[in-house]
Amino acid sequence: MTQLPPGAPTGVLTEAGLNADLACFPERAQYLDLVRSFRDDGFELCADLCAVDYLTHPGRVLPEGVKPERFEVVVNLLSLSKRERVRIRVQADDQHPEVDSLFSIYPGTEALEREVFDLFGILFTGHPDLTRILMPEDWEGHPLRKDYGVGRVPVQFKEAPGPR
Amino acid sequence: MSDLTIRETERPDLLVGETSEGAQELKRRALTPPTELRREVGAILEVDGRVLDPSSIDIERSDDETMIINMGPAHPSTHGVLRLMLELDGEIVLRVKPVVGYLHTGMEKTGEELSYVQGATNVTRMDYLSPVINELNYSLAVEKLLGIEIPARATWIRMMMSELNRISSHLVWMATNGMDLGSTSMMIYGLRERELILAFFEKTAGLRLNLNYVRPGGVAADLPDGWEDDVLVICDTILERTYEYDQLLTGQPIFRDRMVGVGAILAEEALALGVTGPVLRSTGVPWDLRRTMPYLAYDDVEFDVIVGTYGDNFDRFAIRLNEIRESIRIIRQCIERMPRGDYRSQDPKVTPPPRARIDESMEALIHHFKLFTEGFHVPTGEVYSAVESPRGELGCYLVSDGGPKPYRIHVRAPSFVNLQAIPLLMRGGFLSDAVPIISTIDPVLGEVDR
Repeated sequence: MTQLPPGAPTGVLTEAGLNADLACFPERAQYLDLVRSFRDDGFELCADLCAVDYLTHPGRVLPEGVKPERFEVVVNLLSLSKRERVRIRVQADDQHPEVDSLFSIYPGTEALEREVFDLFGILFTGHPDLTRILMPEDWEGHPLRKDYGVGRVPVQFKEAPGPR
Repeated sequence: MSDLTIRETERPDLLVGETSEGAQELKRRALTPPTELRREVGAILEVDGRVLDPSSIDIERSDDETMIINMGPAHPSTHGVLRLMLELDGEIVLRVKPVVGYLHTGMEKTGEELSYVQGATNVTRMDYLSPVINELNYSLAVEKLLGIEIPARATWIRMMMSELNRISSHLVWMATNGMDLGSTSMMIYGLRERELILAFFEKTAGLRLNLNYVRPGGVAADLPDGWEDDVLVICDTILERTYEYDQLLTGQPIFRDRMVGVGAILAEEALALGVTGPVLRSTGVPWDLRRTMPYLAYDDVEFDVIVGTYGDNFDRFAIRLNEIRESIRIIRQCIERMPRGDYRSQDPKVTPPPRARIDESMEALIHHFKLFTEGFHVPTGEVYSAVESPRGELGCYLVSDGGPKPYRIHVRAPSFVNLQAIPLLMRGGFLSDAVPIISTIDPVLGEVDR
């Protein structure tokens, strides 16, 4: 199993996830330094960046000392040289969901962070172009939040009256 | 008086149309922040002081000398509803920005409303050229959370079907790439060969495109009688035809002029941008999840990872052509070594009772009914699993709250990430080269927009 890299900020909580991936739970302030230390330790590729809205699932299991917040930004890093993955989960609160952008470390997170901003409304400090990417620019709300409705078309059981 | 005020404005708005995308579009240079401007001209940003791409970028050019044009979303060579906004100086591309989202149907949101049994029908529609591999990725993630073992035969069937699917996806790529470069024969040949595979899919799963064949717990049905002969015919025919493609394209001067040396990318740049799949392998990085992080039984079969050298369009073409041949090698081994046994897990938690039992047992009927109405419950947890799709690393991040529906399902779509390489690949090239560059990135817009 992976260990924390040598340059990592002190006090980052970790946990062995399923299939032995290492999961790290940095504070907001440690997040950027932690990712940078992983990058310098041979994690060349940021495979994935997404977010989860834990509004309706408050009792999730976290290591002791991590304060659960509504949102969680999940980053999956991949090391080609070691053939390992590592997962970084950083909490973002309900009132001002904001984390640092990884754009200066992995430029490839640009589109992924825009997607998270678009669908969850989480802000990324230092992102060059934080606009919506999948929804139209004038869309209201952030669809993947748990308090955003699914939207339904009422089912028509009888033949609808034709257009007059 | 009014005439004068019009002349004094910076530029007439006559040629500018308003869309609802607004801020997502490519802006004039004066209105674009410097970091974003550097990104759009294709600079991989300075990473901790290391400038990967220095002075060749001309940021000081004034707006008057250039023209911003719009390509797509209904352009025939953008492989779907991809929209590119390009800033041109004559015929030279200076800046590019892909604008996506025209096919967004909220599939990740829909996935939260569907049970784990239904989920496969949802993900199979994301990357519509490689449905089996999408289902496989989803099923592997669910199975990891469930902690169940899959019978050997199911594993090998999955492997064979995903390799057939890889061939059909690469054949569509060969076809559309040929068409983009004016070779309509290649388009017809590619789609003709793909039809062989789709016919086999129809025979096996009942459907040609969105199969819903690989499901959590195994596969939907056993292979049909006489499948060995069908698959052997497919292997022999397509392997023979790949040499015809060689004759048609590989050495052809016009094709080589458009492909060799066009749209080159370095390994360092590709890694920084998160690019995976044939685009990454074309730069010489031997990274193929089937080999480097094996899943299914890929560590039991022999195949080569095809790697390029220059990272240009031609390398990406050659990699895909040779991957078809490698997939055929894997399929032949699957035919020889296909184990006997169950094609799905016998764990009653995820697998419904056999049809014959339902007629004679009330409990079996109830069990069947519960599985298909409520679905099975998956233990609390989160998991990320990834497979090698024809376009790169296809990942699935799944969060379960212990219920019968995923709490969150996120699909890491390789095309979505690979599209970010477009500004870098097109910068400084001709507008006509933009078309083969989009093509060799091979985006599937269903997967980009999800």
